[in-house]
Amino acid sequence: MQIAARHLDKTTIFDISGDIDLATSPQLRKALLRELRELKMPRVVLNLGAVRYIDSSGVASLVEGLKASRDVGSRLILFGLNKTVREVLQLSKLVRIFEIYENEAQSVAP
Amino acid sequence: MLCVVRNAVGELTAKLGFSEPDCRAVVRAVDEALTNIIRHAYLGEQEQPIEASFHRIDAPKDGQSGDALEIVLEDNGVTANPEKMCGRALEDVRPGGLGLHFIRECMDTVEFSRNNGRNQLRLVKFLHVQAPKKGA
Repeated sequence: MQIAARHLDKTTIFDISGDIDLATSPQLRKALLRELRELKMPRVVLNLGAVRYIDSSGVASLVEGLKASRDVGSRLILFGLNKTVREVLQLSKLVRIFEIYENEAQSVAP
Repeated sequence: MLCVVRNAVGELTAKLGFSEPDCRAVVRAVDEALTNIIRHAYLGEQEQPIEASFHRIDAPKDGQSGDALEIVLEDNGVTANPEKMCGRALEDVRPGGLGLHFIRECMDTVEFSRNNGRNQLRLVKFLHVQAPKKGA
């Protein structure tokens, strides 16, 4: 898994690619919690368009990020979900819990 | 190593003729099962042995005969507690506890047993279900 961060006004955008699994999900969790809890970014956006696979530990990292965002009053947004990612969120019944958009423009809109 | 197994299982299920969603389901179930073995049976040790065998079988399903893929995963880790293998309510939105839920949702049969000091997980996914032959 690769994570690249971009900053746009009061938003951090993480471009994530590859597989989010047991070995890599701690890296995602750490990046999310740093941005939300330590830096208190008002909006964190995850571009999941190039994610090939996500397992339950990856979903757990997203849920931790969501909880952190609620704790600090910021927004965690997902976009670019492919079939694999969408299926996993549907299986977890989390599709309605997350703020999800189709593309980056919608995700960073004021 | 998990990504290597995922790729191999993906290729196998595609060659056997599973639909794309079913290929993804089997890959997900095997990956989650291996993750659970590493985390719970081997307490996070990633270099411990796990035996995986794959068989194409005929198995009964709803009074019919079904062409299926059977996957058996065996490990030498600590005994799994079946009482803890019940997943959790999804309404409780929190990290963790989803792996077993994914496995059950993705496979038609999920059976756990302990034999000769080893944990054994048997997973079955049906490929085609055929009507019983006349006179059979």
